[in-house]
Amino acid sequence: MATAERTTGTPQPIGHTRSPLGVVGMILRWIALLIAAVLFLIPFYLVLRNALSTEADITAPEWKFFPSDLQWGNFGELFRDENVPMARALWNSAVVGILGTGGQLILASMAGYGLARIPYRHADKVFYAVVATLMIPAAVSFIPSFIVVSSLGWVSSLRGLIIPTLFNAFATFLFRQYFLGFPKELEEAARVDGAGHLGTFLRIVVPNSLPFFAAIAAITFIGNWNSFIWPLVIGQDSSSWTVQVAMSSFITAQTINIHELFMAAAVSIVPLVLIFAFLQRYLIQGVTQSGIKD
Amino acid sequence: MSRLASRSRAPRRRPKTAGIHGNTLWFWVFVGPFVVGLLIFGYLPIVWSLVLSFFDAQNTVTPTSFVGLRNYVDMLTDRNFLSALGTFTVFAVFIVPLTFVLSLALALLVNQVKVARAFFRSVFFLPTACSYVVASLIWKLSIFNGVRFGLANTVLGWLGLDQIAWLSTIDPPWYWLPLVTVRLWLQLGFYMILFIAGLQRISPTLYEAAYVDGAKPGWQTFRYITLPQLRATSVAVLLLNLIAAYQAFDEFYNLLGAGASFARPPLVYLYSTSLGAIQDLGRGSAGALILAVIIMLLTLLQNRIFGFGKAND
Repeated sequence: MATAERTTGTPQPIGHTRSPLGVVGMILRWIALLIAAVLFLIPFYLVLRNALSTEADITAPEWKFFPSDLQWGNFGELFRDENVPMARALWNSAVVGILGTGGQLILASMAGYGLARIPYRHADKVFYAVVATLMIPAAVSFIPSFIVVSSLGWVSSLRGLIIPTLFNAFATFLFRQYFLGFPKELEEAARVDGAGHLGTFLRIVVPNSLPFFAAIAAITFIGNWNSFIWPLVIGQDSSSWTVQVAMSSFITAQTINIHELFMAAAVSIVPLVLIFAFLQRYLIQGVTQSGIKD
Repeated sequence: MSRLASRSRAPRRRPKTAGIHGNTLWFWVFVGPFVVGLLIFGYLPIVWSLVLSFFDAQNTVTPTSFVGLRNYVDMLTDRNFLSALGTFTVFAVFIVPLTFVLSLALALLVNQVKVARAFFRSVFFLPTACSYVVASLIWKLSIFNGVRFGLANTVLGWLGLDQIAWLSTIDPPWYWLPLVTVRLWLQLGFYMILFIAGLQRISPTLYEAAYVDGAKPGWQTFRYITLPQLRATSVAVLLLNLIAAYQAFDEFYNLLGAGASFARPPLVYLYSTSLGAIQDLGRGSAGALILAVIIMLLTLLQNRIFGFGKAND
């Protein structure tokens, strides 16, 4: 278990895989890869094509690879449509994404640090109580969690969307494992200078762990932004819909124009593509760390 | 340890905020907020749900009428709940092996090319950032739309074949094609990354030794070196995949709707039971707990079979 998380994933030259078929094998591999790549990109192409088409272009009986005229106006139309609370939904998603991720990082990193580094007689028991909750399948708990949130009166509120998701035992577990491997010498230097636990944590540990924080932040934000079942359960009123719930209600109801719906999808993908572009390295690192250890 | 002991002795005179007691205090400053939240939003719901599952709890979270095991008996004899468990089984039979084989194949392919490796890795990983809602939108309204302008039907048209109403054709069960492919598109890149990480941990000397021993590169090295070395990763992929399949909700809800009488996985059925028109939280809780027990048993069983967690790679 512990070996997996320290793997840095440095790409090493794969010279050892001598091709059995030589040049032919290499060509076949390239063909397979290119076909797979095209298949994987088709859905993205469809989002862009439909988002920038007229309704008539999308539903034309003759397939059109490109819109006959790019409809950039669809963007404004989406936000002007009064039947579609898309601006509100995007705002809700942004708030949930940012506050949820920030809160989760603060709570999980502090708890992980405490569990890993502050000597306390019952630390093990607390740790087991935390990991025990990982045994309970996440999606199954939406009914029990709804019961608690609804008796707090938080249904259809941003509080109800955010607060219950903040206490992520898995993130805490990952932070604890990470801090167990954090070099002690760095902390001891701070100790000698008279820093307490909090000072050491804020001034030495956090600044030296930013790549790890970035990895967890990227994964958490994508998870929060794309989360569906919990916002669907809590968002009983359209003012508290996230962008996922809003899109879903239009997929099933189909009271929206297809091109507007695809424009909404395109807009909802943008933040994630940005995270992807800037944090891909950390994201992959985080996936390999979290995936192996789940 | 000695450092701690000396510290605890020194501040006898000072208040409880230093030494061992200081550590205790600081431990709870760091861990306390998280633990309190976990008690309220992790433990309390489960206990409450357990209580509700023994009560007649329609439209209420504070029921008064104790019904013993009736909710459990109801759920376990409910044809819809059982068929939901059956739906899951069929889904898992498709999705688990397909994901395993295809993500491993992608990892091997991407790892073997020398040029543009980062490009291919990004292309296959990119869908991981998409939500099930966006993917369902593309699948339902654009690719597997039952009308002529759907991409799948357009391709069938080019081949001179009849159109298919993909999501509503039960015999033959064409609806499985969109359901399985949407999940493959979304998750293959994730598992591919896990396999690539696993492949990169295999020492090149193993392949060199095999080459010296006369093993042919290709199937033989794959069978006797790559695959055994990927054991821990493989088990992780199978386990994560199976659990994720059991919790399928988003694509079924968005592609078929909560009300579809066919292909309704357990969570969609529980959602409509407890939060739909009837709001039967007692039976919903019982169903959720039954499902939780099944998932935990499957996890433990897999642990037993594969020795997950003990395998050191």
